[in-house]
Amino acid sequence: MSLPRKLKDHAARQAEATEPHPEAARKQAAQGKLLARERITAILDPESFHEYDLFVEHKCSDFGMAKKQLPGDGVITGTGTIAGHPVAIYAQDFTVAGGSLGLAHARKITKIMDHAIKLGIPLIGINDSGGARIQEGVNSLAGYGEIFYRNTLASGVIPQISIILGPCAGGAVYSPALTDFVFVVDKISKMFITGPEVIKTVLGEEISMEDLGGARVQSEISGNAHFYAESEATCFEQVKRLVTFIPWNNRKKADPFNTSPSRTEEDLERIIPSEAHRPYDVRDVLRAVCDGSDFMEVQALWAANIVVGFARMNGRTVGMVANQPAVLAGVLDVDSSDKAARFIRFCDAFNIPLVTFVDLPGYLPGVDQEHAGVIRHGAKLLYAYSEATVPKITVILRKAYGGGYIAMCSRHLGADFVFAWPCAEIAVMGPEGAANIIFKGEIAAAADPEAFRKQKVQEYTEKFASPYVAAANGHVDAVIAPRQTRDFLLHALAISEQKDEPRPARKHGVPPF
Amino acid sequence: MTTRQTLTLNDTVYETAHTRKYTLRKAYTPRDPGRITAFIPGLVLEVLVKPGDLVRRGQSLLVLEAMKMQNHVAAPSDGTVLDVTAAPGATVAKGQLLVTLRTASDTL
Repeated sequence: MSLPRKLKDHAARQAEATEPHPEAARKQAAQGKLLARERITAILDPESFHEYDLFVEHKCSDFGMAKKQLPGDGVITGTGTIAGHPVAIYAQDFTVAGGSLGLAHARKITKIMDHAIKLGIPLIGINDSGGARIQEGVNSLAGYGEIFYRNTLASGVIPQISIILGPCAGGAVYSPALTDFVFVVDKISKMFITGPEVIKTVLGEEISMEDLGGARVQSEISGNAHFYAESEATCFEQVKRLVTFIPWNNRKKADPFNTSPSRTEEDLERIIPSEAHRPYDVRDVLRAVCDGSDFMEVQALWAANIVVGFARMNGRTVGMVANQPAVLAGVLDVDSSDKAARFIRFCDAFNIPLVTFVDLPGYLPGVDQEHAGVIRHGAKLLYAYSEATVPKITVILRKAYGGGYIAMCSRHLGADFVFAWPCAEIAVMGPEGAANIIFKGEIAAAADPEAFRKQKVQEYTEKFASPYVAAANGHVDAVIAPRQTRDFLLHALAISEQKDEPRPARKHGVPPF
Repeated sequence: MTTRQTLTLNDTVYETAHTRKYTLRKAYTPRDPGRITAFIPGLVLEVLVKPGDLVRRGQSLLVLEAMKMQNHVAAPSDGTVLDVTAAPGATVAKGQLLVTLRTASDTL
């Protein structure tokens, strides 16, 4: 064959492997879903996608599979860039055998994962698959296992992003679960271990796919998803934005980003009500402090009593963690501890300094909390903060009571700098509770118990509900006016740039998973 | 953010929104050792006791088939069978009452 003929043959092969089956493409569109190739193009910089393993074929000959041609074996893999940042990417193609995972399909994914790990670049996986390719039997299961193994090896080495754009059910869903960030889209994403039909047969409980494992449920109830979007287009914008905040790998810091300074910090003094029982949105504080008021919240819909997310200070990425007084008074509980601990560990693994904003009354009381293991889950937060060696800076805004004060990156868990606003109340508990316990006998014996109680609450408030007892003991480094917050944070972050905190050698710790 | 919901902690009433999960939480009810309920939905295959029977702790009361497994539902303590609500062949929901026992701790 002459070269021109070979070129023609190559073009024909390429077209055959990439052109979607019309009927399957129509079905995909009818469900409001983009095609796998369209998704990759939409996420990556124009013309940046380079595809590999287009001509990979499966080797299954059982159940009539020998005659079945599956273009790319149902998954597209390659590399490209997002805003100039390199990424490895794969997208399961539902129009090819329902995106089912056979061994060749899986090996394409593990190959691109191995590349990403070696090259030190983030991995993005787009999941849209009916599940295991039944005809391939245990080889299909082997494929899943090999993916999970690599997800685990890559954890804390390169950022891993999963985008769920179709069904992702059964064992398949454990790959996203092992990755750092899971993106879901309303009415398109479906995640569960056992589906509605099995649940109905076995348990007699009837539930729709959407109510069982739809995007909203995974974002708000289970906490499995980190980012929720109304459409694929919005989802892709979220992915691109996230990639600009995180580093390529754990040996690098996130690329600096030119952003404007925050909006006027005088706002800070108007955000917080002075009465400790009144709510406000702590995200207003974060936006008033960070560059360009640009705060990217992670898991916004789940455990909203704590806020976590990325922002920049002087162009450098920081991870922010803040109690949210507007929701459940900002208490720590099972879910909020889990959420914050995971985020802290991501930041620590990827050299992202942590800035913590404290305003919480303590832990959520309740039988359900105790029985759900708030002790074990709460301990994850202590573990994550204590373990982290990135710069850790804490700002106590208002209430910091009891165990909650310790858990929220106090000096005692290794915070490098602890600042407190003058309205901070650092104490074992709130004045009402404390006075009622300390003066229980006297209150009962008083001529006018209510007046006496109020007087004691007032005394306790004046004496202990302030930052100055903690400051007198060196637990707080500086009591600062709210408008000084950004300046103190920028300085603390700048001088922590070379922070080095060696720890005793160990294989790994044993956190209370 | 305006809200009329509150949360009371250490005698302070905080004005704050509730989460969906917090709103949906179930009140705790202490377990009644005399009420033997289905721990899983399934099919009652066989009932091994009748009212008036004396049973020992660990003794099988009935066989409940679920998830292709024939589960023996055992007496949690010694006692007397007061009532058998489950009938062989019946499909029962999770938490449904199967057998009522009078246990040693009960007073008449």
